Parts: sequence; structure tokens; C-alpha cells
Amino acid sequence: MASGTVTSSEYISHHLTNLTFGNHPEKGWGFAHGAQEAAEMGFWAINVDSMIWSVGLGLLFVWFFRKVAKAVTSGVPGNAQNFVETIIEFIDENVKSIFHHKNPVIAPLALTIFVWIFLMNLMDLVPIDWIPYIAGQMGVSYFKIVPTTDVNVTGGMAFSVFALIVYYSIKQKGVGGFLKELSFQPLPKIFAPFNLFLEIVGLLAKPVSLALRLFGNMYAGEMIFILIALLPFWAQWVLSVPWAIFHILVITLQAFIFMVLTIVYLAMAHDDH
Amino acid sequence: MNINLTIIGQAIAFFLFVVFCMKYVWPPITGALAERKKKIAEGLDAADRAERDLKLAQEKAANDMRASKEEAAAIIEQANKRANQIIEEAKQQARVEANRVKASAEAELEQEINRAKEALRAQVGALAIAGAEKILEASVDEKAHAQLVEKLAAEL
Repeated sequence: MASGTVTSSEYISHHLTNLTFGNHPEKGWGFAHGAQEAAEMGFWAINVDSMIWSVGLGLLFVWFFRKVAKAVTSGVPGNAQNFVETIIEFIDENVKSIFHHKNPVIAPLALTIFVWIFLMNLMDLVPIDWIPYIAGQMGVSYFKIVPTTDVNVTGGMAFSVFALIVYYSIKQKGVGGFLKELSFQPLPKIFAPFNLFLEIVGLLAKPVSLALRLFGNMYAGEMIFILIALLPFWAQWVLSVPWAIFHILVITLQAFIFMVLTIVYLAMAHDDH
Repeated sequence: MNINLTIIGQAIAFFLFVVFCMKYVWPPITGALAERKKKIAEGLDAADRAERDLKLAQEKAANDMRASKEEAAAIIEQANKRANQIIEEAKQQARVEANRVKASAEAELEQEINRAKEALRAQVGALAIAGAEKILEASVDEKAHAQLVEKLAAEL
């Protein structure tokens, strides 16, 4: 909700700015005051709000699942175990239908991706002013609570997946095999340099598209919530309720897409062409 | 959207969560699921087996029942036959006994009649002689006339 002293564009940019901690070339170590300063800090800065929320939600995920895993029984499951089992079976089914090699990493990886991204996306449904307002009262000027609207977060996960793709490609086919796969197709061998260029672009496009798809969807969703929040408070529900309901689909779908694409990419890394 | 250290921080966190999940979350839960699957399979097996056993037991019981019924029927039939036989034998015996009694009674009667006839004959002989003595008024030599008297008695 825009207060009288803040213009719409200030309100929007405020809500889209991360709380960045880093070494400003002129002001030294500290939190950035605005997007401009955050950009000036360059690479060696960290978005504290993204990290707090993403690690916090990740911890929530592992804590809850670990709690269930510790008390797990093959007898009659309780409610929590039922819930967790539903998720695990859903993931397991997906992994088994896509990934046909033996690799104990893939299923837990897919589970982590799905649940963690879902939780991070879910923060989008928290009314956008609540937590930033509380943080503001505590003297923290910027506080974004949806980590997946930070391209660093989605990029961090996407490039980790990319590292796994490269690692398993090399492990499965050897460096030579991997290079051969990159350079001897789709065109005949004489076009190897061109093929290599094409395939490397294609390879790099995987993590970039993974990161940007999730980021773009969540950023756009967040943006629409911010725009809706500019309306008078009594009119907001007309748009925010349908959008939030629709967004439940989006956040689940995006988490699912990220997971499925990760499995697909890793299955391709394991397959010999 | 400026790329900064967060991307590395996120990658590290991601790595740690995945490793944790792989070590401490996924195996126990999927293990429990597999175990439950096994248990259910065993349970279904046991149920099948029990059903089969029940059917067998029922069949056996029915067979036993039929066999014992047949046996009982056979025993009853035999008993009836035996009873009839005993009755028949008793009747036979009674008939034989009755005939025997009747025969002995008849024989006795015959004997009695004969004895009576004999006595009568003797008395008639004596009477005839006495009568004849009275008529002749003379003593008849019993010895000379015994033949005559006996002849007379045999004619009676």
C-alpha cells in the first residue's frame, strides 16, 4: 500500500530491491541504500534477504522431512508421514518415468528442488507489505521475501544443475565422449567446430533458461501483486484474490517444471547418443 | 537484477540441502515405503493362502460329513438286517419248538390212547371171561381159553 509520501514508482522499485550487503567503492562495507548502490557494489555483495529466506525455507524443508524420516514407520502412517509420503511418491514416480539409469542422487535432488522452490515461491502469496513493513519498522529498509524473484537464487540452483549435467556427462562418457557428443552432431563430422559451438550454446541455454524461466515467472507475479497493491485498499481484493488463486497454480507449476527439466537434463547427460 | 555472491551462496545452500536430503531424508522414507509394500504383499499372500486353506478345510469337512453319513447309513442298514434276521431266526425257532411240542404231545396222546386201549382190552378180556364163566357156570380153564380170549380182545 502506497503511503502518501511515496510515489508509485518509488514504491515499486522499493519492493523490487533486495537488501544487499557489500563493499561499496565509495561508502565501504554496509547495506546498499537502493538499487543503484547495490549495483555499484558489483559481484562481491550478497542479497541478505534472499539468503535468509531461501536458507530459512530450506531448513524448514529439511527439518520437517527429517522429523518425519526419523519417526518413519512401515506400519500405519500418521498425518505428517502421509503427507510426506505423498510428495515422495509423486517425485519418485516422476523420476522413474523420466530417468532410467541408476543414480541415488537424482531423486533426492528432485525432491529438494521441488519442495524448496515450492516453498520459496509460496512466499509470493504472503501479502507483499506485511514483512517488508515489519522489517522497515525494525530499521531494515529493503526486505524481499520471495527468494525466487532474485535471479541469483534461481541462477544459483540452475548453475548447480548445470554443474551436475557436466559432471555426469563426463563421468558417464568420459571427456572425449562428451566432446564427441558436443561436436559430432547434429551435422556431419566435418562441421565439428560449428557443431561444437552450437551444442555449447545449447548446453549453456539449459541453465540460463531454467534460471530465467523461474525468475521471470515469479518476478512477473510479484510485480503484478505490487501493482495491485497500488490500488485503493478496498478495491485490491477484486484483483489480488483471483491473481493469488491463479498464482497457486503458477508457483506449483514452476517448481514442478524446474524439477522435471532438471531430471530430463540429467537423464540426457546419462544417455549415450 | 544484478548478479552477485548470492548466486554462490544459493549454490552452496542447494548443495548442502541436497546432500542432507540424500543422506537423511530420502533413504529412510523410501525404505519404509518399500517395507510397507512388502508387508502388504505378504498380507495379501497370507489372505490368499488362508482363503485357500479355508476352502480345503470346508471341502474336507464336507467329505468327512458325507463319509460319516454313509457309514451311519450302512450301520443302520446292517442293524436293521440283523434285527430282521434275529426275528426270522426266533420265528423259525419258535415254529420248530412248537412243532416239536406238538409232536411230543401227539405222541404222548397216542401212547395214552394205546395204553388205555390196552387196559381196556385187558379188562374187556377179563370181563368177557368172567362173563363167560358166569354164563357157563363152570370154571373155564384160563390157560386153555387164553388164546381165545386174546383173539377176542384183539378184535375189540
